[in-house]
Amino acid sequence: MTDQTASSPTGKLAPATPLNPRRRALVIGASEGIGSALTRKLAKEGYSLALISRQKDKLQALCNELNTKEKVALSYPHDVTQYDEVPSLLQKIVADLGGLDTVIFMAGVNFPPGGNDKYNFENDRKMVEVNLIGAMAWLTPIAEMFQNAKAGQIVGIGSVAGDRGRVGNPAYNTSKAGFATYLEALRNRLTRHGVNVLTVKPGFVKTEMLKAAQGGTPFAIEPEKAADDIYKAMRKRKQIIYTPFFWRYIMFIIQHIPSFIFRRLSF
Amino acid sequence: MRTQFTQLENFGHSLRAQSFVIQARTKDDVLSAFKLAKEKNLTVTARGAGRSYNDASLNGGGIVLDMSAWNLIQEWNPHTGQVRCEPGVTLEQLWQKVEPDGWWPPVVSGTMKTTLGGCLSANIHGKNNFQMGPIGEHALEFTAILPTGAEITCSPKLNADLFYGMISGLGMLGIFTSITLQMKRIYSGLLSVDAFPIKNLHSHLSFLQDNAPKYDYIVGWLDTTSSTIGRGQIHGARYLHEGEDKNPQETFKLKNQTLPPRIFGVIPKSILYILMKPFVNNFGAWAINTGKYISSLYKHSFKQSHGAFHFLLDYVPNWELSYGKHGLIQYQSFLPKETAEFVWTQLLKLSLKNNLPSYLGVTKRHRPDKFLLSHAVDGFSLALDFKVTDKNRKKLFAMLQDFDKIVVANGGRFYFAKNSETTADTAKIFYGEETVEKFRKLKKRCDPHGLLESGLYRRIFGKS
Repeated sequence: MTDQTASSPTGKLAPATPLNPRRRALVIGASEGIGSALTRKLAKEGYSLALISRQKDKLQALCNELNTKEKVALSYPHDVTQYDEVPSLLQKIVADLGGLDTVIFMAGVNFPPGGNDKYNFENDRKMVEVNLIGAMAWLTPIAEMFQNAKAGQIVGIGSVAGDRGRVGNPAYNTSKAGFATYLEALRNRLTRHGVNVLTVKPGFVKTEMLKAAQGGTPFAIEPEKAADDIYKAMRKRKQIIYTPFFWRYIMFIIQHIPSFIFRRLSF
Repeated sequence: MRTQFTQLENFGHSLRAQSFVIQARTKDDVLSAFKLAKEKNLTVTARGAGRSYNDASLNGGGIVLDMSAWNLIQEWNPHTGQVRCEPGVTLEQLWQKVEPDGWWPPVVSGTMKTTLGGCLSANIHGKNNFQMGPIGEHALEFTAILPTGAEITCSPKLNADLFYGMISGLGMLGIFTSITLQMKRIYSGLLSVDAFPIKNLHSHLSFLQDNAPKYDYIVGWLDTTSSTIGRGQIHGARYLHEGEDKNPQETFKLKNQTLPPRIFGVIPKSILYILMKPFVNNFGAWAINTGKYISSLYKHSFKQSHGAFHFLLDYVPNWELSYGKHGLIQYQSFLPKETAEFVWTQLLKLSLKNNLPSYLGVTKRHRPDKFLLSHAVDGFSLALDFKVTDKNRKKLFAMLQDFDKIVVANGGRFYFAKNSETTADTAKIFYGEETVEKFRKLKKRCDPHGLLESGLYRRIFGKS
């Protein structure tokens, strides 16, 4: 399940000291897209990292790249729909990393139905199982730990797609809307315990996922730009951000289109 | 076994780590923690009051044994001055117990909040190190549980190698379960204190050396923000002789020892650290240090209670919070008397040149001791407090690595209740390969599975 280098209880990560505090982050869905961009950014900023992805080879390649100078990243190949594996894997990660300050959940899949008259329950189920239940499987035990520790930060990568149910991809909208609501509830539970919960809603980002998207993809940005925005928001311990920022205003308008108009629109 | 996932900090609030905390109150608690660690492939660190400035009581991702509630004074004999305590007993509990009977702990730290288990593990010293040595020299006996499960009793005669290893052993050989100490007889609740102004580092160090024998305690303050390196003030204090205090029963009383709760009788000290915040920056520190130097420019003598003289760090509660959210670190170097002036002139000049002045500098006089991981030298120590900010971390780290090189090259040593950035390579140089090897052998014998590990241990000994 996990690589050999991480098997000792202490790991072999560089030690944390007051002048090199090495905040510890777990990135779930690290191997590509915004995930790998944010992972590189965090490594550059001096984080110690535990990386999870189901794509073992890509994950290992990323880990090797980050560990060229000194060991900062540990890899844990895992499919977030293997819910039963989570508790023991989480415990191992906390021991290997030497604690846990931040968790970033960005594992996500998108299977567009391929037309407004197409329906596919198998795909829909897969999206909810990864994007929503996978997130809950990880963030539930983590929220409990952070609540006890009275510290920590949870970052969830939602989507502007979760802000309104549209004709194109009902289940994707649902999974992201559900995730956003789940994060909001965690925020309301945990803020009083000193835990920050950040919801990130990216617009179009030039990733593998975008290639599968149907229709136009205006204002698409590079994943590195999204990663910079997310990192800044993490340091400022923000609550909800859109990346790029102007999606907040676009989505504000879209959210306020009355249903009698919205149900006649084709996007 | 109940564990609680908790974020713990060091004393300086400059390093945090999350651990699985277990409250230890009995030997069984310790044994089951070791068992749990073995089962789950985790490591264990004991934590007392968490008063070290570095990573000595932190164990991120592992188990932390909270010893603070294992704190009964088991036996106190006011005739012999011998006291047997559980490991979580603090110096505060101890002196408050023995002082009314005319005794005082022979060695105390600058804060009374430390636990005896922590005091022995770091082998703390006081302002009387040149006379009384570290606290370990006043331990008559202790019992401990080793990670093997064995219970042992150690004294300078019985299991002497473990006695001299576990005291100063940074908690990495076993867990103290009971500690017997010898107290020192006193004839008054007051000390006679003399204060002297000092012009520069040369006179500072020669004053410490020449005058230490005349006093029971000696401590210097130096203005670290001034380009006149080493200017400051030295306090020498001595116990009163028998009969000098006409009414010792009165001065022994705790109410005459405890620190006043208000400043000028008005400002509650619990909020004082907030008022200090605006001064904890380069300019404020310069202003305070300069002001203190000017006000210390006359020689004077006074009487002071033991509590007020020793526990300066407790005078302002939570003072360490005034350093802001990234906290502070302390850099303390111990140098032989021959090289101290040369080294500290360089260090202080470097810190001014880098615009990273220390905000507080304190000197003491020391002598060597025979504990395994000893930090002592026949010379002096200088403790420097530095504020940590998000911006200065890299620069400060680089400067302290330079400091380490200069100190070690001149026969200096470090004290691991304090220094937080010293690396394994540096530690190996000043301890010497032979000592490190001896310690590793002892560790292997006491802890064959490597269950005891702290952040500090991983940092300065690497993985064994």
